[in-house]
Amino acid sequence: MKFTWFHLMPWPHMPDDFRQKHRSVWVDLPNRMYQPELGHIAYHQYLDQLEYAEKVGFDGIGVNEHHANAYGLMPSPNIMAATLTRRTSKAALVVLGNSIALYNPPLRVAEEMAMLDVLSGGRLIAGFPVGTSMDTNYAYGTIPALTREKYAEAHDLIRKAWAADEPFAFNGRYTKLRYVNCWPRPIQNPPPVFIPGGGSVETYDFCIDNTYSYSYLSYSGYLRARLLMDGYWKRVAERKVDESPYRAGFAQVICVADTDAEAERLYGPHVNYFYNRCLHVHPGFADAPGYRTVKTIQTGALSQFTSAAARDYPNMSWKDLTENRYVVAGSPETVRQQLEELIRTLRVGNIFCLLHIGNMPDDKVRHSTKLFAEKVMPHLRNLWPDWQNHDDRFWCHPMHEPVPTRVAAE
Amino acid sequence: MKSKFLALEPLGARIEVVEAGKGRDLLFLHGAGGHMIDDPLLAALADKYRVVAPLLPGYGQSGGEDGLRDMLDVTLHTLDVLERLELDNPIVVGHSMGGMIAAEMAAVAHTEIAQLCLIAPAGLWLDDHPVVDIFSKLPYELPALLFHDAEAGSRLLTAGRGNMEDPEFLKQFLVMNARRLGMAGKLLFPIPDRGLAGRLHRITARTLIVWGEDDVLIPPVHGDAFKKAISKSKLVKVAQAGHAVGQEKPAAVLTAIQDFF
Repeated sequence: MKFTWFHLMPWPHMPDDFRQKHRSVWVDLPNRMYQPELGHIAYHQYLDQLEYAEKVGFDGIGVNEHHANAYGLMPSPNIMAATLTRRTSKAALVVLGNSIALYNPPLRVAEEMAMLDVLSGGRLIAGFPVGTSMDTNYAYGTIPALTREKYAEAHDLIRKAWAADEPFAFNGRYTKLRYVNCWPRPIQNPPPVFIPGGGSVETYDFCIDNTYSYSYLSYSGYLRARLLMDGYWKRVAERKVDESPYRAGFAQVICVADTDAEAERLYGPHVNYFYNRCLHVHPGFADAPGYRTVKTIQTGALSQFTSAAARDYPNMSWKDLTENRYVVAGSPETVRQQLEELIRTLRVGNIFCLLHIGNMPDDKVRHSTKLFAEKVMPHLRNLWPDWQNHDDRFWCHPMHEPVPTRVAAE
Repeated sequence: MKSKFLALEPLGARIEVVEAGKGRDLLFLHGAGGHMIDDPLLAALADKYRVVAPLLPGYGQSGGEDGLRDMLDVTLHTLDVLERLELDNPIVVGHSMGGMIAAEMAAVAHTEIAQLCLIAPAGLWLDDHPVVDIFSKLPYELPALLFHDAEAGSRLLTAGRGNMEDPEFLKQFLVMNARRLGMAGKLLFPIPDRGLAGRLHRITARTLIVWGEDDVLIPPVHGDAFKKAISKSKLVKVAQAGHAVGQEKPAAVLTAIQDFF
């Protein structure tokens, strides 16, 4: 098993009456709510937490990309990942998003990810999300019905740019470049790629065709993820490729305390903040018409945020959220049991652990993280012995002897 | 009203064309919402004209939308449809997005279109009078955006609809909505400006511009901007009417068209 400590970097200062005062955490929430001096503190605390996760033994540390929102404050995940290259040395840098349809030219993504791979000594895991409709369509103006075609072309360009060792011409519909010449080149060629998916059937095949890991990022927990992941594994079987569990990953909100009761006391308010403020998306922004393909709509899969909007989070108690496993919370033993069930039923080799939740203060984040690393993770390491608990195709390949970074005073 | 079908070369896209009425030929290009069930404007026009109303790919049974990506694609496609229909000196009428397409056609092929009627057309952007973002609107918000009388408009919009509580119907509705507005987004998202302002001067057709005085979706001041940019044009504003002026006041729009052409 591979465990990635994943940070969403939410804005932690949304007021108690946020839901009443604002229709959406995304797209049109006035940015006067963002206070840069408090943002300075939050960013550094969040980066410290990611570094701490490496220290206590997580395999990967993760960041992602979102725009115009208080849910996640990383318009540029590459800037965050770049800071992490200097003060970490072992963990994979899981950059679960550059939304490649958004860049003009998308070659910029190939270049910046190559920079990250070189800086980190080959620790990059690249993510290529389509991006949420809020980000891709409403905040960045991409035409919904053309988003996927643009994405496919950007992907093609990036992979070709990484693979080439001399300049070439790229005549795309959306990008035309006479000289594609990616300096620097990545150490890993190519870096392993994770694709965040939310139920688009086309994405299953895209992952299988390219040997990318399918990562389902859901906040509704592993019980409700079963249908979607079963669909993915069914497709894997139909395509007659191997069924390595590392072909798939799942994001789970996790809270660990000494006892189940203590978990509710410590983390309850922050879980409530996350579900009721961070996920408070205006339904009109969740799914621009044309963003999802007709084929996907016909399968009945709703986007993460459409379903979040439809769900009755304000009236869901801690008991509802934990018993239905939206949140895996409790003593180390409780969490271990539930995660083992998650890993076996969804058949996933990667877990993206969401241990910072909503407006959780630093001491609680570290407490939960440490308990997880010491008392949960070791017992879950060996769940895929047939695969020696690792699949080279779906993890990074760091250099053997990266240079040690030095502080300026040395 | 009945439908016939055209197969367009080179891809063989199948185009649905609704026809009704007798009289002088009138080509009607619908807006982003497509035709309404028993569309009051089409019914009124069919009283006096032979109405020929092709559906844009993505609407109704018209296919081939994946091959249309931008304004030029849609403009040329619609000119191809017009040519295939072999109409006799038709009045080319377009509402909203259809008005934007009609204006583009008349600008690009100004020797071919001599009579033009733009009903609350999209296509311009005025910083002080922005067009509402229809893509982020929820169904219940639409009547007030489209009609002066939201209650009556709501009845028009929901007439003949199935039960939204039925999951299978809802799925079909979502598919239809994704196809239609997915196509419309290629012209209108995120801002309905594809450079038409720079081409309006090419229009030589006699042009009637019709606007609902209470249009909150595309404010009536856009009508003045169209009038200013098109040389042989007249602007008629209709009282107590919103963006769906043709559906809300079909008789007034029919009269304006009859008076002008």
